[in-house]
Amino acid sequence: MIDRDEVLHVARLARLALSEQEIEPMARELSAVLDHVATISELALDGVEPTSHVVEMTGALRPDEPRPSLPREVALAQAPAVGDEGFAVPSPQA
Amino acid sequence: MSESSATGAFEPVIGLEIHVQLATATKMFCGCELSFGEPPNTRTCAVCLGLPGSLPVVNARAVHFGLMIGLALGSELAPRSVFHRKNYFYPDLPKGYQISQYDEPLCIGGKLDDVRIHRVHLEEDAAKLTHVGESGRIHGSDASVVDFNRGGTPLAEIVTEPDIRTAEQASGWLKLLRTTLRSLGVSDVNMEEGSLRCDANISLRPTGTDELGVKTELKNMNSFRFIERGIKAEIERQRKIIEGGDWVVQETLHFDPNSGAISSLRSKEEAHDYRYFPEPDLLPVAISQEMIDAARADMTELPADRAARLQRELTLSPESAQQLAFRAGLADFFEAALAVQVDVSAQTLANWVTVELAGRLDDGDPAEAQVTPRALAELAGMVASKQISVGAGRQVLDKLVAHGGSDPAAIVEAEGLAAIGGGDELAEIVAAALAANADAAERVRAGNEKAIGPIIGAVMRETKGRADGAEVTKLVNEQLGI
Amino acid sequence: MSAADILNLTAVSAAEAIDTGELSAHELFETYRARAAADRAAGEDGLNCFTWVAEETDASHGADGSTPRAPLSGLPLAVKDLFCTEGVPSQSGSRILEGYRPPYTATSVARLKGAGAKLLGKTNQDEFAMGSSNENSAYGPVRNPWDRQRVPGGSSGGSAAAVAAGLAPWALGTDTGGSIRQPAALCGIVGMKPTYGAVSRYGMIAFASSLDQAGPLTRDVRDAALMLAHMVGRDPCDATSLELPHEIATPSAERLDGVRLGVPEELTGEGIEAGVLEAFQATLECARELGAQVEQVRLPHAPHALAAYYVLAPAEASSNLARFDGVRYGLRAEGAEDLLDMYTRTRHDGFGAEVKRRIMLGTYALSSGYYDAYYGRAQRVRTKISEDFKSAFGQVDFIVTPTAPTVAFKLGEKTGDPLAMYLNDYCTVPMSLAGIPAISIPCGLSDGLPVGFQIAGPAFSENGLLDAAHALERLLAFDGSPAHV
Ligand SMILES: [Mg+2]
Ligand SMILES: [Zn+2]
Repeated sequence: MIDRDEVLHVARLARLALSEQEIEPMARELSAVLDHVATISELALDGVEPTSHVVEMTGALRPDEPRPSLPREVALAQAPAVGDEGFAVPSPQA
Repeated sequence: MSESSATGAFEPVIGLEIHVQLATATKMFCGCELSFGEPPNTRTCAVCLGLPGSLPVVNARAVHFGLMIGLALGSELAPRSVFHRKNYFYPDLPKGYQISQYDEPLCIGGKLDDVRIHRVHLEEDAAKLTHVGESGRIHGSDASVVDFNRGGTPLAEIVTEPDIRTAEQASGWLKLLRTTLRSLGVSDVNMEEGSLRCDANISLRPTGTDELGVKTELKNMNSFRFIERGIKAEIERQRKIIEGGDWVVQETLHFDPNSGAISSLRSKEEAHDYRYFPEPDLLPVAISQEMIDAARADMTELPADRAARLQRELTLSPESAQQLAFRAGLADFFEAALAVQVDVSAQTLANWVTVELAGRLDDGDPAEAQVTPRALAELAGMVASKQISVGAGRQVLDKLVAHGGSDPAAIVEAEGLAAIGGGDELAEIVAAALAANADAAERVRAGNEKAIGPIIGAVMRETKGRADGAEVTKLVNEQLGI
Repeated sequence: MSAADILNLTAVSAAEAIDTGELSAHELFETYRARAAADRAAGEDGLNCFTWVAEETDASHGADGSTPRAPLSGLPLAVKDLFCTEGVPSQSGSRILEGYRPPYTATSVARLKGAGAKLLGKTNQDEFAMGSSNENSAYGPVRNPWDRQRVPGGSSGGSAAAVAAGLAPWALGTDTGGSIRQPAALCGIVGMKPTYGAVSRYGMIAFASSLDQAGPLTRDVRDAALMLAHMVGRDPCDATSLELPHEIATPSAERLDGVRLGVPEELTGEGIEAGVLEAFQATLECARELGAQVEQVRLPHAPHALAAYYVLAPAEASSNLARFDGVRYGLRAEGAEDLLDMYTRTRHDGFGAEVKRRIMLGTYALSSGYYDAYYGRAQRVRTKISEDFKSAFGQVDFIVTPTAPTVAFKLGEKTGDPLAMYLNDYCTVPMSLAGIPAISIPCGLSDGLPVGFQIAGPAFSENGLLDAAHALERLLAFDGSPAHV
């Protein structure tokens, strides 16, 4: 149902590296679940509204009032790599 | 306006995508204050850093500003507006998705001047990613650093229909949009500071047809000049490709203002699959009549309406009315000057503002100009009442713009620019000019009116432009017995 | 009071004992703290319920400075690892958050602490709440105190096992498709999932945002009511939270006269273990004794709930877990060649097998060309399931089912077969999709292992549910003590 290439494409979208040994089992397990999920394709759902939220109300908005921000050292405290007062990452241009 | 002839058999089809940073106090989904050059990462919290467990809550004023924009553009305001997640990975995007809007935007349709609006929606800005090059701190040769101060700033994205045909029209229309948004007070709309950002979708089609060619998206044009140059360059590039018998490929392009070169931009997620789905952390926003009324109540007069009013109430020419209303601050200056009771027609005063003053300020803001509305009004009055000549008036305005000062009369006094009235003094100067230009005088007497030019020129030189042209002509004719 | 006496107190009675001065908050806290610390120290030989346990406190500053009169009078509280607790490890059972200490505390935890509860420890769980056996934790499986060779259920397995084993008087958990109710059932305790929105999600490390709800895991129904009463309410930090139309009351019902209980054939037939069905039927008899009317109802779309759930939950999860990218916190893979390499290897090394599976599943279901066939359809099935419940509640007051199709199973028994594992949530997922409240109470034993009885009601029927559960609980008089020793 879902083949090796699809697995690799989806893994790329999800930014997930898969080792060679992980690809085939992943394809098999996803296919099994998707086969089960496919049962909903038999239901007649034309004209049925989709449910995104079960809460039957609309969003409460936030007043535009400032709240204190975190000190920089707290914001950066858990970062794997820090540089120039910011979060350091491998350059996207690299 | 129409220079599409430049592309001959092909007609450019241009649509704009404008991102406007909203001038709220806090970010789109958290209480952090907006950042204006604060030190990096000092305006962040659990929400705008995308910390685990944090949740967004919509800023009510951002919605309010969005509705004001929709009203200003004549959009239909959606009764129910839904936020979606736009999923992609990039270091300036802390959650791995941008909270934006997809198929249920805040405002649908609309029109500004001659360009139709497709939609207006709200979203959050990305953080600032700075390339710092070699870094020992992290493995890998090249490093960038993320500052999340800007991340989460409220944005209104305004998308036009492809109704624009030339680069000039694009920048001209964008200026009108900027003036409109500024008059609403919803944004600083400053391109250099990035609070107004514009991308252009550009394609060519055989002139006269209405098919749509393959379009490219031109990004990062951060000034009005670059927008014109960028769009021109892209139109040229596409024309060469098509005339060379090749195909334009759909891609995102980057315009380099320095080199004027256009290069293909590496897209954020090469497989463009944003996997939009309704943001489960935010319920749909219901737009109530109260919210719409509140937005309308905060609206000031819009440039287009103002132009119509100036034309209607003051019988200004349509050109003058638009020049005043569509440029930020100019109409305010004009109406302030008009309020100073001097004996000069509204149209004449408008000309002084749109031609003489605007010409001397080029793109500057009249509000910041040295010259005050009262000073310009008095100056216009002195010229109208012939106390000084038009030429002298221009000289006085030069001084007012350069050095300020609120009293044109004083400058006239100091510079001795007062008009030389009828009297003997001017008559003598005219006589001298006739003597010095005898042959010209002959031709004038012989009926060649054009020949009077050199004579008047001589008089003006002698009087440093203080003489009134009409008065001089009168005296010339008298002395030549015509 | 002897340690044994203390351990036999429910949270409610312990609070009373503290208020009357029979028991000091410090003594209570230290009794449980010592047991929790011992279990943590025992490692493999213990139950592995905790991923962090509070430091020893001295009597002087008593119950964390909380005033003796505070409603929860210093009661020790075990909190599922995925709740953010300021300065205290909050790892959601994942390697990718190893050692992560948040700068803020989840609203629900803050409210309970504000009411006088004191943080005893953080409990083990399936990674990012994805699992039904607690075998998906990066910090090792939790064992069931009724049988160490068996799973406690999941994903709130550490919370459930800790309460059952007397390592905590009560615990906070979360339920997305059954993650409170199923482990409560497998460990022989009470677990409740409130109406979606009743409790703030702010500070809960998200699994599936439109389904996640926090709730209590407790010894009995009155404890559940007490904890819930101090958690619920609108939170300005969670746009999906709301104010309940009524306060949570202390359950007092002793009879069920006139209460109509609906038994959906779709959730009480095939797939349910015989011993579980027996205990369920026996409990229906007790309900009748208390005056309840038991009727058949239909939930025609309930059999499709699991399929819809395994589209919607992974889809939301795939997006919720995108923030774990090695940039701002948590694990970053060493020696990355470039940004893409850093992302993909960090997430490969940081996430466990089940989490990867669901990220892949959710990404696939949302990817272009598949959205309508999967996500769009699943949302419509969700609508039909809500409609099924609405019409059923037009006929009966509550719907009752077995909480889980089986009793606690053996460690490793289902790890090889994801689908078999997912079936644990067969009876609990429909209520999650409908966002309605449901409670599981222990109703008996099958092969010496606890069986859970689930009662579900319409949105905001918490008080009715608690009363019905309380009345049943009294008659059933389930003995949970085997798990203590
Ligand atoms: Mg945008
Ligand atoms: Zn913030």
